Amino acid sequence: MKFNVNNEEVFASTGGRPFDKNKPLIIFIHGSGLTHMCWVLQTRYFAFHGYSVLALDLPGHGLSGGKSLTSVEEMADWINDVIDAVGFNQTSLVGHSQGCLVALECASRYPNKIKTLSLMGGAGAIPMNPELLALAENSDPKAVDLMMDFAHGPSGHFGGHPVPGLYHLNTGSMLVQSKEIKDTLGVDFRACENYTNGFEAAKKLDLPTLSILADKDRMCRLKDGKKLADHIKGSDVHVIKNCGHMMLLEEADQTLAILKRFILDKYPIT
Amino acid sequence: MDPKTYKFDTLSLHAGYQPDKNGGSRQVPIYQTTSYLFDDVDHAAALFNLERGGHIYSRISNPTVGVLEERVAALEGGTAAIATSSGMAAIFLAIMTLCESGDHIVASSQVYGGTANLLRLTLPKFGINTTFVKPRDTEGFKKAIQKNTKCIFGELLGNPGNELMNMPEVADIAHNAGLPLMIDSTYQTPYLCKPFDFGADIVVHSLTKWMAGHGSSMAGIIVEGGKFNWMQNDKFPSLTKEYEGYHGLSFAEEFGPVAFTMKARAEGMRDFGPCLSPQNAWNVMQGIETLSVRMEKHCSNAEKMVEYLLAHESVAWVSHPSAPDHPDYELAKKILPKGRGSMIAFGIKGGKEAGTAFINNVKLASHLANVGDTRTLVIHPASATHSQMDEATLKFAGLSQDMIRLSVGIEDIDDIKNDFEDGFRAAKKPMLVANK
Repeated sequence: MKFNVNNEEVFASTGGRPFDKNKPLIIFIHGSGLTHMCWVLQTRYFAFHGYSVLALDLPGHGLSGGKSLTSVEEMADWINDVIDAVGFNQTSLVGHSQGCLVALECASRYPNKIKTLSLMGGAGAIPMNPELLALAENSDPKAVDLMMDFAHGPSGHFGGHPVPGLYHLNTGSMLVQSKEIKDTLGVDFRACENYTNGFEAAKKLDLPTLSILADKDRMCRLKDGKKLADHIKGSDVHVIKNCGHMMLLEEADQTLAILKRFILDKYPIT
Repeated sequence: MDPKTYKFDTLSLHAGYQPDKNGGSRQVPIYQTTSYLFDDVDHAAALFNLERGGHIYSRISNPTVGVLEERVAALEGGTAAIATSSGMAAIFLAIMTLCESGDHIVASSQVYGGTANLLRLTLPKFGINTTFVKPRDTEGFKKAIQKNTKCIFGELLGNPGNELMNMPEVADIAHNAGLPLMIDSTYQTPYLCKPFDFGADIVVHSLTKWMAGHGSSMAGIIVEGGKFNWMQNDKFPSLTKEYEGYHGLSFAEEFGPVAFTMKARAEGMRDFGPCLSPQNAWNVMQGIETLSVRMEKHCSNAEKMVEYLLAHESVAWVSHPSAPDHPDYELAKKILPKGRGSMIAFGIKGGKEAGTAFINNVKLASHLANVGDTRTLVIHPASATHSQMDEATLKFAGLSQDMIRLSVGIEDIDDIKNDFEDGFRAAKKPMLVANK
């Protein structure tokens, strides 16, 4: 669905069901350069099982208007604006990669609105490889190729997409290249590089938090994900084996099962 | 710093398959099965609602066929693929996923006879009409576009005349009109050309030909490039608007770079059912494992046959883009740098009568209605594959009565030439009679 936030048109997938203000809200926040489409194997389940879902396209990404936001802090404030714009006063947040930084910062800034936090492939900081950052900021397609390489585990490199006929690496590549690389991936990578408040934000949290990590993650390594989880009181940590950074697609069923258990327990439909 | 993603030859062997999820089986297992257990009612509903990936019924998808689909998508540089029972099924499914009654297609005039019949005779029964344009008439494609046009379709190297469509320029014409370019790339295989690199949006194959390569199995496939923006205009409402068949789903919004494939599967495979058998999918994959080495040999043999035919006294003309006098020689070097394919069209002196004698007297080359076998194949198109066309239509499609279509195999090149000598010798006899 499309709606306005700060006078810019925003697109969010509602998971194939009409958006319903009477159901509990879950907001999904994508990673660097990506769009709402990476969440399709999680969002549709919740939308068909009693939740209102918004898988957002961040400003300047996918089908949303405006320009990409340049800092994680701005993105966190924008998520708060989204919650207001759709007429809710509380939500559950689910983030992937950069989306974890945004969700983390948002939850620390707006503790009364965020009821649970689910972090996939997250870390307290995501410093960028300087060469990769430069390539992305120069719209070099090699940045996307490198990202697809780093983002997928050994199995994901061969394929094995849960949806028959889809091929991981090329689908991811096309998602990132749906807009000018420097305007999305370049800006996002720079925002990740500059963000330093992750562990401080984590310490402030006092809400049910889930971390889904992968043992073959080369973008946000397992040890970095665990380090972040150690800074969050009572964080529930799950590690998916033989999987890379894109666990939400590479191991979509396992990811959904873990997320489902957590959300249904900590953020039940009332 | 370079990406360490797998390259073409490795993908030919491995893409789409994970042994650890198949009991450690190194080879892709043949899932000779129709249907798949649901964990519970919720799981069943999730699969039907496209909440989760997985298999329901082999008309829609099958684990063995799924490996083939991913493998071809990987090799073509596409986001997704959907395999079908034949190449014609792939073309029909692709068109029916794009078009509705009242729509229009602009197509190259030089296409396989079966495709020509589908476009000329069968699709009008569904209210879908086609304007044909000669493949070298690039501007003609632009002029033929109408308000209700939904795609431009063509074979890169036209069957059987070997005229080359200027794919980059035709792609620009299509995109400027807000249309996708659909290319039948059967003749090239992704080893010789990846049409997505030259602007194509949808690629279709008869996998029966070089991809499978051994003349054993029928199969087709549609591959999606993932770049085309279906939401840029209102030409494709069945992809962009709410679809009644899936709770108001908009395929383009929900699935973006794989929207076309998702719709083709969810609607077309469900409703038309042109599914590929798992055994044939497996057979095709055996062929794809050796695609690179076979295509190299096909192309080198073809180039040697071009030289041989050009120098032969019984040959009136030869059409193959490796011949320096071919009108598309320079364009072919750009689009087909690794080889110009193994299809040769040539005219035999003495016309139809000599052609018939030639085909009746070759022994190694097989006379049949197929191309892209490992074995050398010959046919006289005007009396076989394109026999439903009248004289004027034949001419417009670039065919002549003296034309012989040759699909060069990977036999020893000397044996192929010796066989052709026998054919040419026999073909001279009616000419001698005629000269008396």
